[in-house]
Amino acid sequence: MTKTPILDVHDMTVAYHHKPVLWNIDVTLTEPSLVGVMGPNGAGKSTLIKAILGLVPRAGGEVRIFGQPLSKVRGRIGYVPQRESVDWDFPINVFDLVLMGTYGQVGWFRNPGRKERGWALECMNDLGISDLAGRQIGQLSGGQQQRAFLARALAQKADIYFMDEPMAGVDASTEEAVFKLLQRLRSEGKMVIVVHHDIRSAPQYFDQMLLLNTRLVAAGPTSEVFKNEYLQRTYGGRLMALETAGVAMRDKVPSA
Amino acid sequence: MSDIFTYNTMLVLLGTSLLGAASGLIGSLAVLRRQSLAGDAFSHAALPGLCLAFMVVGERNLAALLLGAFISGILGLVVVSLLRRYTRIKQDAALGIVLSTFFGMGVVLSRIIQNQTIKGSKAGLDSYILGKTAGIIASDVYLIGSAALLCLIVIVFLFKELELLTFDADFARSQGWPVARLDLILIILLGLVVVIGLPAVGVVMMAALLILPGVTARFWTDRLAAMLPVSVGFGVITGAVGTWLSAEYANLPAGPIIVLIGAGLFLFSSVFAPRRGLIARWRRANIIDTSLLDLDTPVFEA
Amino acid sequence: MNMIAFWTILVGILAGVSCSLVGCYLVLRKMSLLGDAISHAVLPGIALGFLLSGKISGPAIVMGAMVMGLLTAYLTQALSKAVKVPEDASLGVVFTTLFALGVVLISVKARNVDLDPGCVLYGLIEFTPFDTTSVFRWEIPQAALTLGATTLFVLVAIILCWKELKLASFDPELSTSLGYPASLLHYFLMALTAGVTVAAFEAVGSILVVAMLIVPAATAQLLTDRLRTMLLVASLLATASAILGYWGGERWNTSVAGMMAVSAGGLFFIALMLAPKYGLVAKLVKQLGLTFRILREDVLGTLYRNQERHGIGLSGADLLPGQLTMVRWMTLKSLVRRQLVNSDQGTVSLTKAGQDRALQLVRAHRLWETYLQQNVALPADHLHAPAEKMEHYVGPVLLDSIAEDLHQPAQDPHGREIPAQHSATNSGR
Repeated sequence: MTKTPILDVHDMTVAYHHKPVLWNIDVTLTEPSLVGVMGPNGAGKSTLIKAILGLVPRAGGEVRIFGQPLSKVRGRIGYVPQRESVDWDFPINVFDLVLMGTYGQVGWFRNPGRKERGWALECMNDLGISDLAGRQIGQLSGGQQQRAFLARALAQKADIYFMDEPMAGVDASTEEAVFKLLQRLRSEGKMVIVVHHDIRSAPQYFDQMLLLNTRLVAAGPTSEVFKNEYLQRTYGGRLMALETAGVAMRDKVPSA
Repeated sequence: MSDIFTYNTMLVLLGTSLLGAASGLIGSLAVLRRQSLAGDAFSHAALPGLCLAFMVVGERNLAALLLGAFISGILGLVVVSLLRRYTRIKQDAALGIVLSTFFGMGVVLSRIIQNQTIKGSKAGLDSYILGKTAGIIASDVYLIGSAALLCLIVIVFLFKELELLTFDADFARSQGWPVARLDLILIILLGLVVVIGLPAVGVVMMAALLILPGVTARFWTDRLAAMLPVSVGFGVITGAVGTWLSAEYANLPAGPIIVLIGAGLFLFSSVFAPRRGLIARWRRANIIDTSLLDLDTPVFEA
Repeated sequence: MNMIAFWTILVGILAGVSCSLVGCYLVLRKMSLLGDAISHAVLPGIALGFLLSGKISGPAIVMGAMVMGLLTAYLTQALSKAVKVPEDASLGVVFTTLFALGVVLISVKARNVDLDPGCVLYGLIEFTPFDTTSVFRWEIPQAALTLGATTLFVLVAIILCWKELKLASFDPELSTSLGYPASLLHYFLMALTAGVTVAAFEAVGSILVVAMLIVPAATAQLLTDRLRTMLLVASLLATASAILGYWGGERWNTSVAGMMAVSAGGLFFIALMLAPKYGLVAKLVKQLGLTFRILREDVLGTLYRNQERHGIGLSGADLLPGQLTMVRWMTLKSLVRRQLVNSDQGTVSLTKAGQDRALQLVRAHRLWETYLQQNVALPADHLHAPAEKMEHYVGPVLLDSIAEDLHQPAQDPHGREIPAQHSATNSGR
């Protein structure tokens, strides 16, 4: 009897107007680890995460987390969206933002109590932003915003985390803090899947990698996957055959 | 001045204040969700339903009229979202198409009604377009009050859920909150307030009443929990002062005056608000500029 | 047709055409709502113009309207930039406030003239033929003259600034860098919008103006991909709306302006359904065509594989399990009609042509599996499902190039033979 995979994605295809942007993704992750999702711009890295979380519709395929369908394990999932995805002029302060991470545990109608508030503060402490608690979120620097987002995810008390470019456009000390947090989560036995753009820093951060360019080029331990051959195929442009076939699917007629 | 505050005037005053409160509450969320113009589209799209209901049941049955207006307003918004999702029509054009076509339909129907019915009742429908604030009676006040109360209850009980939905819908969805259903609740509340407000202030003014208190309140606070009550306050002041002014000076139409009061508060806030106002921003920008100058000067001299 | 009908329709057509020409640019630039806003916001301009000149039409009113139109466009941007009000909210604030101001001005100062708010909203196109001016002894309605001049002006402006407007609509930054400041052209467009709005206003009211600005242009967008054609189609649609609107208004004794808006909406709906490329019916037909093609091809594939394995045909009832009998029957019927299969006493077998087609499908399936195995990190037992889907989409040219990429493989990952392009000849390479 094999162990139940933590994340099991089976033949997942994501399409916009019937044209696939992600082709037949098949990923099975069994051991808790830090997993980097790497690939060029437009490779579908964010889409991968969003499709796994059910935030964009899947054209086909199946996702299981801890052996369960998504709806059963929502409470064990943490999510850090891209920083630009929200309106930072929104009228809340940093504490309110971090507190949102506990909403899932609190449930309908009730407001977060003393316990949740204390926990949110603790999470802010872990990311070194507790002195910013009363600040309106628009007044934060990019790095501070990212830390607030991470503190919110931490407040979710999840077992598997999905992070969309948590190190994009942040200062060196924040990047360091993010990495420390990632390591801590791993040592606590959590699974962390991180979309990452910087190919140079990647091998030192991640145990495993998913190399993505509209299709999964390679997946596995960093030592096996982070190789010239695979990297060239990942970053060497898209596959003409997939492009042509994708257009045929969009137009609903066979290609030439 | 003493004769101004008759029973009728008090009713009207109460009605517009409550309407201001309700639209301040629900409008704030619409503004933050970038749906400011949904109220405008809804109020235009409500007209044909109103007319159809009138043709079926006659003027007396207020509930039926409001239901007709509500259904056709919702239908309008549904068409907008269908057009945006399934065709190459963009959001802005979809809103424009729906609001002008539905409104045109309303005008056509209302003219047909005018031709059919005896003179005198035609004012009934006309007032929905520019509003007839002075016509508010006790039952209207109860109705507006109930709508305001309903909005208040829903928003108080679902505050945390609505805050999350408004700020970061993707995150809410990833936590398993039923985002589409929460969305629907907000739309229904918005429609309710619009439909109930239409007879009092009219189509265009209703749209304004939904936007103005919210954007004005945003100038004075940085927290949603404070912004909502402040917005309700601005809504009440707008409604009350506007009504009072139009009652004081007989030839001022109440709906537009209410909007102008709201716009005045907005203008004042946008200039003088402590952190987000124009003056504060301007001074902040200048402080940064001069401090940069101070740093730079010695370098050049040395 | 009597003269009154003629003039009413002509006024409607001119109002519609001038608005829809400008509207094309608004729709393309995703600024439809700014058009809507301007059409409301010109009201105080009209009121001021009236107060200053004492007339309900003429240069003072046009000037007032243009100033208000430009002010709306400017204030909307300024508010969202200077004090961070979201753009849609600031648009809403500006146009409703100006509209309210207009209503107040009119009801305070201009109570007893025919410029009442109701007329501004619905317009009184029915009465335009009666307000005439004589030109060379011809009695021509004032509105027809004004709108004719406006239409002409818009046409000339579009022709003169053709490439500039096109460029600024498509790529404002490039336009600015080439020396045609996009912001200048933006405000020029806004002034045009205010101009056509106010010219059409008096005749047809603010709602119809919005309908004519946006609806024909959006309809045209469903029918064509070219700007030139779009302008032409939008004008034709506006003309049709005017004629239908007049007819409907007379038929049901109701507002012609409202009926024009409804007609424009109706034409939009028809285009939405029937447009050749973007229409819903066309999409449905395409989807149905695809579904049946896939069904046919699945039958061919099944027959081929069965013949490969057992060398015999199949009973028709065994094909397409899980499909309705009706669907199965239609699929087989169309395969027989295309002479791809023979159906003999319930046993279905491939014809020569069917054999060729099936071969191509199997080749596509097996090549795609091989291709996926080489290029996509997929376990071997997960290759079948994607290939089953893609065999219906990859055509011969693409297949040849894939085969070449893979160095003409002879076997798929499961060890089955990949057939060559045609059964009669080998690929020869």
